[in-house]
Formats: sequence, structure tokens, C-alpha cells
Amino acid sequence: MEYIKTVGLTKKYKELVVVDQLNLQIEQGELFSLLGVNGAGKTTTIKMLSCLTKPTSGDAFIDGYSITRDELHIKRIIGVSPQETAIAPNLSVKENLELMCGIHGFSNEKRQAKINELSKQFDLHDILSKKAKKLSGGWQRRISIAMALISEPSVLFLDEPTLGLDVIARSELWDIIRSLKGHTTMILTTHYMEEAEALSDRIGIMKNGKLLVVGTANELMEMTSTDKFENAFISIVKEERI
Amino acid sequence: MRMLMFAKRCAKEILRDPLNLMFGLGFPIVILLLLSAIQANVPVDLFEIASLTPGITVFGLSFITLFSATLIAKDRESSLLQRLYTTPLKSLDFILGYMLPVIPIATAQSVLCYFVAIALGLPITINIIYAILMIIPITIFHIALGLLCGSLFNVKQVGGICGALLTNLSAWLSGVWFDLKLVGDTFGKIANLLPFVHAVEAEKNMIVGNLTEALPHIYPVIGYAIVTTIGAVLLFLRQMKKQ
Repeated sequence: MEYIKTVGLTKKYKELVVVDQLNLQIEQGELFSLLGVNGAGKTTTIKMLSCLTKPTSGDAFIDGYSITRDELHIKRIIGVSPQETAIAPNLSVKENLELMCGIHGFSNEKRQAKINELSKQFDLHDILSKKAKKLSGGWQRRISIAMALISEPSVLFLDEPTLGLDVIARSELWDIIRSLKGHTTMILTTHYMEEAEALSDRIGIMKNGKLLVVGTANELMEMTSTDKFENAFISIVKEERI
Repeated sequence: MRMLMFAKRCAKEILRDPLNLMFGLGFPIVILLLLSAIQANVPVDLFEIASLTPGITVFGLSFITLFSATLIAKDRESSLLQRLYTTPLKSLDFILGYMLPVIPIATAQSVLCYFVAIALGLPITINIIYAILMIIPITIFHIALGLLCGSLFNVKQVGGICGALLTNLSAWLSGVWFDLKLVGDTFGKIANLLPFVHAVEAEKNMIVGNLTEALPHIYPVIGYAIVTTIGAVLLFLRQMKKQ
């Protein structure tokens, strides 16, 4: 079932076209990765879909709701884990989770239950009382994603979720992302090709604001006659093979 | 409910920063003690406790501007605010969430100053309560100025503009440290166009129970508070849209 649909989605800053006529469909429960070199338009696309910035033209629909007309409804069904770790540094881990519960209007009982559930899922029990700023980058990123999941979003935007993490922290986050597949629709941006290949159901490659190609990792490798996904990506971006 | 959760978080962020506590609560007290010690040895009218305390409470509020501006600028620089913009929080929730928790912090700062002043010899009268109430519009002006600066500048700029420039301007142009008449007419005229000296005069009059004299001084401060709040809200909304 088609859950996210963009129709001619475009963002311009004065004369600069950052996202150009993006037409895309994403199925419910799918993990869709957006790849591209810096400035390709990935983050701007996520910003538009999460109602952070308004499109210059076109529209996008999540569960049938328009990002331009139904902003409040969209904000109730999405979760965003921004590119940088988005946590309140002087608050403890538990207080960070409580903050998000409160902002989403949870009752005390639901708040407690949700914190217990996420603590178990993300293995946070031992660090709940620690100040967020005192934790390592890996743990902060983990909390950042947990905070994005508080509202039980049907769509989760992950903007470079493993950027700057060590191999172990990255592998642990991959496990968490995999565990969400199927029931949460996810859009992931990353510069790590192996990450996109390992996690994604489908991959879209962007360049200069345009969506060049969409397919599974295998389809893209076949399309470019390469045996490594990274080579397929380079081939598509360099030669703009569509 | 949503706004209160955000406001609670803002209060915690401010109160858990040791530098905020040191400058916000400690520094005005240190100055009060220091100038009272000078007054004990070399008596100066300006530094008599009933004259000095209102000035110090108003001067202490310039740190409140610094706290709120720093918090907002930090939030803008981090991704936290971006995350919160994608939640059902509305613009008004953000603005009230930033402004409301600072009012009790600023009031506590003034109460503490008056407690120390009592220990230093300020007579206990009902006027202290009135003076603390009178400081609320002055506080709102300082908080709004913080929201305005935090929406305009980055953390480094806020440190320079609010931390150094504003605290000094507020000190020089308020008549707390020296009689403005000593510097000349032009300086006095400039000071009178700004809210700082009026805030101090309103407080000084309240502490001696002179409401009639206090009111003409508080009106310009209220005017500044309204204009600054409107400007701050517009700037905050503009930067929110720029996301």
C-alpha cells in the first residue's frame, strides 16, 4: 500500500533549485534510502516531508494527508531523527524521553509504559538517570532515535543516523533500525553505501535536486553492470545513467 | 500541557548550568556585599542599602537576558529545536515555553537580593513586596530582550552582545554605579531614552513606598517590554520559518 507520495515536489532558494520535481512513492512499512553526494537535496526533501520547510511547488502526501495543508496531522504521525544528535544536553536520558512524551500529550501511565518499553528496546535502563551530554556519541544517537519513536510514528525519518559512529555503535543501530522494518515506514539518508545496501528495501539516488533512479540495491547493480553497490552508485552519479 | 513540558525543560536547562547560577544568583549578591562594605568605610549616598539594592536587582536581570538568549541560541544551533518543530508544539508553545520559566527564576533572584539586603540593614517593610512585584514588567522586558537576541544571534555573538555589551550598558545607563548627572546632559538624555534608569528609579521609589513617583518611571519600561516582546516574537517566528 502506497503510504508516502510526492507529486512534483520542488524547493527553490531564490534561483537555486534544491529539489526539482520529485515524484516518488513509498510503500507502508518500507525502508527507503535516499542517497546522493552533498547538496543532492536529500536533507531538504526530508525537511519538506517533515513539515520543517514548505515546498516552493508541488506537494507530498503521507497516509493521504498533504504536507502543505495538513501540517498538524502530519506532525502527529511522523518521527524525525535529525542529522545531528537532537537531545536536551542538561536533561537526563529519562527526562529527555519524558519531554517527548509530554509534548505528545501522553498521560502519566502511558508515559511510564512508553519509557519502560523504549528502555528495554534500546537497552537504556542503566543510563536513564545520566545526563545526556555525558554520554558517548553512539549512546546519544541511540537516545535521539528513541526520542523520535516516542510518539509511535508510522513514518520515521532518519537523516544520516550513523554519521560519526564507531563500527560497534553503527552495527547496534542497524539492528534497531532492522527491528522497526515492516511496521514503521522509514526514509533514511546516508553517505555509507554499505548501510543503504544492508538496510534498504529500495534506494533512490539524487543529484542536483533530481531523483536519478529508484530500485533495490541488486537492481541498481544490474542496471550499471557492476558487482559492488558502491560502484553502481558512482556510475549512476557520475554518468547520470537512468 | 505541551507548553508546560517544554517550559519545564527550559527551566531545567537554565538551572542546571553552574555558570548561570554563579552569575545569576551569586554575582549580584557579591556586588551587593562589596559595595555595602565600601559604603561602610567610605559613605556614599548612592551606595546606601535602600538605594543600592533596587539598582542591583535591576542590574541582575541583565544576566537573565543572557540566560534566555544563550538557551535559545544553543537550541537553534543544535538539532533539538529542529526536532521539536516536527512535533505538535505550536509557535505560541515555544514562545511561552521560553519566556514563562524565566519569570520565577528572575523573581527568585530579586527575592534573594532583598534577603541579603535585609541582612545588611534594609528595614523590613511591605514595600519590599511591592518592589518585588514592580520588578515583574522589568523582568518581562529583559526576558523578551533575551528571546530577541537568541533569535538573532548565535551562541558566540550572544556571549559578546548580551554577556559583555548589555550588562555594561545596563550598568552604565541605569545610574546604579554613579550619578548620571556627573557625566553630563547628553549622557543623561540618552540614559533617559532607554529603560534601564527608569527601571532602577521605579524600584528605588517602590522600596520607599512612593508609588506616585514610581509609576511615571515604570510606564516607559512597560512600553519597552511590549515593543521588545512583539519584536522578539516576530523574529522567533521568522527564524522558525527559515528552518
